[in-house]
Amino acid sequence: MKETGFSHSQITRLYSHFHSLDKGENGALSREDFQRIPELAINPLGDRIINAFFPEGEDQVNFRGFMRTLAHFRPVEDNEKNKDPTSGEPLNSRANKLLFAFRLYDLDRDDKISRDELLQVLRMMVGVNISDEQLGSIADRTIQEADTNGDMSISFSEFTKVLEKVDVEQKMSIRFLH
Amino acid sequence: MEGAWEIAFVFFQVWLSVIVGLIMLPAMFGVSLGFTDIYIKVLVKILEWATLRIQRGQKEQPTLPSQSANGIIEKDDGSMEEEIGELRRSHPKNLAGGDFTLCDAFYFCKKGIENIVEDQVTQRFTSEELASWNLLTRTNNNFCYISLRLTIIWGLGVFIRYCILLPLRITLAVIGLSWLVIGTTLVGLLPSSNVKNWLSDLVHITCYRICARGLSATIHYHNKENRPKKGGICVANHTSPIDIVILANDGCYAMVGQVHGGLMGVIQRSIVRSCPHVWFERSEMKDRHAVAKRLKDHIADKNKLPILIFPEGTCINNTSVMMFKKGSFEIGGTIYPVAIKYDPQFGDAFWNSAKYNMVSYLLRMMTSWAIVCNVWYLPPMTRQDGEDAVQFANRVKSAIAHQGGLVDLSWDGGLKREKVKESLKEEQQKMYSSMIVGSDFFEASVGPA
Repeated sequence: MKETGFSHSQITRLYSHFHSLDKGENGALSREDFQRIPELAINPLGDRIINAFFPEGEDQVNFRGFMRTLAHFRPVEDNEKNKDPTSGEPLNSRANKLLFAFRLYDLDRDDKISRDELLQVLRMMVGVNISDEQLGSIADRTIQEADTNGDMSISFSEFTKVLEKVDVEQKMSIRFLH
Repeated sequence: MEGAWEIAFVFFQVWLSVIVGLIMLPAMFGVSLGFTDIYIKVLVKILEWATLRIQRGQKEQPTLPSQSANGIIEKDDGSMEEEIGELRRSHPKNLAGGDFTLCDAFYFCKKGIENIVEDQVTQRFTSEELASWNLLTRTNNNFCYISLRLTIIWGLGVFIRYCILLPLRITLAVIGLSWLVIGTTLVGLLPSSNVKNWLSDLVHITCYRICARGLSATIHYHNKENRPKKGGICVANHTSPIDIVILANDGCYAMVGQVHGGLMGVIQRSIVRSCPHVWFERSEMKDRHAVAKRLKDHIADKNKLPILIFPEGTCINNTSVMMFKKGSFEIGGTIYPVAIKYDPQFGDAFWNSAKYNMVSYLLRMMTSWAIVCNVWYLPPMTRQDGEDAVQFANRVKSAIAHQGGLVDLSWDGGLKREKVKESLKEEQQKMYSSMIVGSDFFEASVGPA
């Protein structure tokens, strides 16, 4: 659990919550367990967020996996206290937070956001309220803005470049109480 | 052998006379001998001592007031527009219209993860977490061995609760319920008259008082001048079936509910003989008009007792009040709101029907320290002009939540078992769409900035 950086009391409380979500009491959460959270079920990107917890091809996530995913959202300042030069890049670094967001868009996990993928995610966010044409032009413009190597898709480095001025550390962090 | 039976018999006689003399008779006359008060005072002293011991024993940070009471995370409560607006400020803005940026997803992502860690709804369907241990094994989540003295007190507590209090309470409950069935059946034999009503009230209140003693219930009633009157509807927040016993200790109500089988069915059938309660068959429940009509007819008769309804429709864990179903607020009549708040320190009253059936739940109740609760009678409310049933229901709900110190939520208690409605997700999508497209129209009319 050291790699996640959570304190002992935080882990205990999160385990208690994990256990209460685990209706099947088998020590792992399924997608249905997440869907049972009403505020998550009404989130337009709810399915993509839930998906981020499950490794490729699996549909159960154990507590360790649960914690690893949540660890991306620890605030960055917390790392200052336990700087360990040998542990590699922490899960909640700016780069890893951006990678998490990138993967929300990258549906097929091929490390590129294609026009089609962007359209699908946009469609999730807006529902039926915007026409296909309008959505298409929004997608085209977004890719045009970000795409620097002309391959009509957004790679992770292009994604990072476009968002370099955004306060990722604050916007993709959650304040965990001790 | 003979000697042993005799001794057992004498013991049993003594036991019964103690119960009748010291508990039942005072209960019937609404008199308190003060045993429960002393018991509670002693308990409070012991629990305070235990808390100090635990705090001293914890070598880590001292228990901050912001620990479990305030949850796992601290949330920003900005609206969608505020949060996404902030995100976009640092992004190079393009002027070709349509205001989507890749970082918009951050908002939904963060909200989603926050809700996975801590949401407003799922926590209401499990027992409340205590800020400090109350020496019951069942609430011992995160605490570990602290000291020998504490463990001894805990062991003593187990012995007292299971070997002394539990048999006493079971005896009382059995006496209370059987007296209820027998008493109401006897009263039911009388012809309708004032005497019958008076006797019926007496039997009901006595039995509920005995049952309340059977739970070591200490109830504080506030604002008794607002007590529900005949022909009205009493509305309260729901935490457990015990709510009925709590309220009926201070007044007589007509109950509303589904017909059950088994022991509940026996009780239902007998109490309806002595005074009119409203029991519905399962099939009738589906027909909302029929239900409304029966309730309307009941309250129209000013001689009948006020009906008692729990509009949440299900048990919530007493930290919040969830959506009130509008059905009870469409009938008309005066609503008498009542707020019930249990003190979780002495025993957790919440019935988690997914985890425990009725019998295990009652056993848990009877092996807790006590049930201590506050009941506030709120001033009567009626529907105002121009207010529809939903708004009226929300107004009553807020009043109850405010009085009881509970969180006022608009989420449906039915989410305990059912999925959330798609329309709520569509609302979110609509809100977001207007953020993308809205500025498009604005720029078209004003021109590029």
